[in-house]
Amino acid sequence: MDVMPMILTMADVMPAAAEIFVAAAACVLLLVDALGGGRARGLAFVLAIAALAGAAWVSSTVGTDGRTVILWGHFVADPMGTVLKLFSYGAAALTLLYSREYLERRDLLKGEYLVLALCAVLGIQVIVSAGSFLSLYLGIEIMSLSLYAMVAFDRDDGVAAESAMKYFVLGAIASGALLYGISILYGVTGTFLIDGVAFAVAQGRAPDIGLLLGIAFIVVGVAFKFGAVPFHMWLPDVYHGAPTPVTLFVGSAPKIASFALAMRVLAEGLGGALDAWQDMLVVLAALSMAVGNLVAIAQTNIKRMLAYSTISHVGFILLGILAGNAAGYRAALFYTLTYVIMTTAAFGVVLWYSRKGFEADALDDYKGLNRRHPWFAFVMLLVMFGLAGVPPTVGFWAKLQVIAAVLDVRLTWLAAFAVLMSVIGAYYYLRVVKLMYFDEPVTAGQDESRFAVRLVLSLNGLAILALGLFPGYLLRLCEQVLR
Amino acid sequence: MLVAILFWAFSAVLVGAALGVILARNAVHSVLFLVLCFFNAAVLWLLIEAEFLAIVLVLVYVGAVMVLFLFVVMMLDVDIEALREGFARNAPLGALIALIVVVELAYVLWVRRLGVELPGETAPLAQGASNTAEIGAVLYTQYAYPFQLAAMVLLIAIVAAISLTMRRRPGLKAQDVSRQVSVDPAERVRLVSMPPEREP
Repeated sequence: MDVMPMILTMADVMPAAAEIFVAAAACVLLLVDALGGGRARGLAFVLAIAALAGAAWVSSTVGTDGRTVILWGHFVADPMGTVLKLFSYGAAALTLLYSREYLERRDLLKGEYLVLALCAVLGIQVIVSAGSFLSLYLGIEIMSLSLYAMVAFDRDDGVAAESAMKYFVLGAIASGALLYGISILYGVTGTFLIDGVAFAVAQGRAPDIGLLLGIAFIVVGVAFKFGAVPFHMWLPDVYHGAPTPVTLFVGSAPKIASFALAMRVLAEGLGGALDAWQDMLVVLAALSMAVGNLVAIAQTNIKRMLAYSTISHVGFILLGILAGNAAGYRAALFYTLTYVIMTTAAFGVVLWYSRKGFEADALDDYKGLNRRHPWFAFVMLLVMFGLAGVPPTVGFWAKLQVIAAVLDVRLTWLAAFAVLMSVIGAYYYLRVVKLMYFDEPVTAGQDESRFAVRLVLSLNGLAILALGLFPGYLLRLCEQVLR
Repeated sequence: MLVAILFWAFSAVLVGAALGVILARNAVHSVLFLVLCFFNAAVLWLLIEAEFLAIVLVLVYVGAVMVLFLFVVMMLDVDIEALREGFARNAPLGALIALIVVVELAYVLWVRRLGVELPGETAPLAQGASNTAEIGAVLYTQYAYPFQLAAMVLLIAIVAAISLTMRRRPGLKAQDVSRQVSVDPAERVRLVSMPPEREP
């Protein structure tokens, strides 16, 4: 071993400044909560939001135009990473903002909750910037462990504990599959570094069978984390069982991490072996779109319905990735970002509508929402149109992009199937609209939420419409970061 | 030659002990078999001159983790018979999965023999070089980032475990140390002045 003992300087770790900042902020938050006791709750909440804002500032300051590899190849900074990180800070901040009142009412707003949320964001950052399979795996564990604990956070809720248990066990199996795949890949290529694996694959140094076996396990791990059929079993139970703020958290920012995971492993590391994983993703995408959309029709609980809707959207994201070219990756990136905006708004409305002792998670609770709260019924309408892919919302552009990408690689049947499935999916999204606008109200609810929450939620909903009318900016952004 | 004989001997004991872990009827015996496993694995480390890893394996796993395991097993008083109830029913499925895994592993081993360049003999350590220092030099430079991330994983585990288990619920018989310490004698002992008992 002739490793040069070397001292890291500030300049060497500068590209990782945002990760260091978030890790330090989580520790500070832990201390503030421990020393301040119950009195510092409000302060801890403000600090958590400030930490996310600070991280956004740091990320955009140190963001690079090119690709910078530091820390012996374990960390990669590139424009795609910067954009994904900025969106995940935004999604996490919105999540915390929407969740505050719900958590306060149920006495769940503890310092540990905020610390775990920040740690989950740290995990997402690490995944997004992973340069080696080692840091990728550790990032996944940091994110997943935080999420497991958040799902179980309401200790008096048996259903939440059960879904946390399912999430934990299935997540552990997924990690096992991923690790097994990584170890096989290490066996056949001799390196942990993603660039090194890509190099070995491009040179044809890795034997096909070993590579295929490794890829199969890695795809299983990635599909588990995404929640693609047939590895989706945890998703509806976790969405349904977890407290709604946690459902929102699990449903938004970690999707960005799943996209980054697929990009780093499949597109960057194993791009040379596209033939090997394209067929696997075709099966996953087709099954996800079919099962997600068909089973969602039968749901009466809006959280469960949105869970199956998530599964179908995962299918669409995979469509872009399996195209295996720059246009496909861009389409998948665009889809992921817009999906996060839409799902944040969807659960935002559910959280806004819930009261003490009233979860607002049954579809029937939304009957006649237009009579009582016409503005938020309209926001929900925008969300549902967006998720269904109805123009002029941004959901239409997202679907158009991924279907065009699939058509480009001559998978016409898959594109036709995707269109068919989104038509079926439109049924259950529009059913929510029908309940809100054409049915008699059954539950009375007062609008008790703070002005800031209402304002941000409105802006979030309007963003779905605005980005649909002017998709150019976001499309150009995706084009810039993925050439 | 001697090394090869030692390797096979200790590997055989290792595999036998691993079988013992899952076949033993008594959970305490399982734990003790696992301790045997760790010792044999440590010897295998020693055979490839990784003394530091061998010592750490024994210290951490046998010294700390397995002792904890023993405590848990003894405290929980697991009903083995209840656990075994579904065994016969699920055994075929388990056997099938085990078979698939074995086939896959055999496949990988077979693949490795086919034209994959295995890293040759491990390079011998320079004379007088310290095993521990070499690992430290790699761990704190080349693997500093994953090392720090692993520390974060541990921190999250601590925070999560404490926040999920430390809570007040009615009927919990827990000690409140500060109340115990600041207790006043008057609260505990009542001095009653009674007239001396009379003869009947």
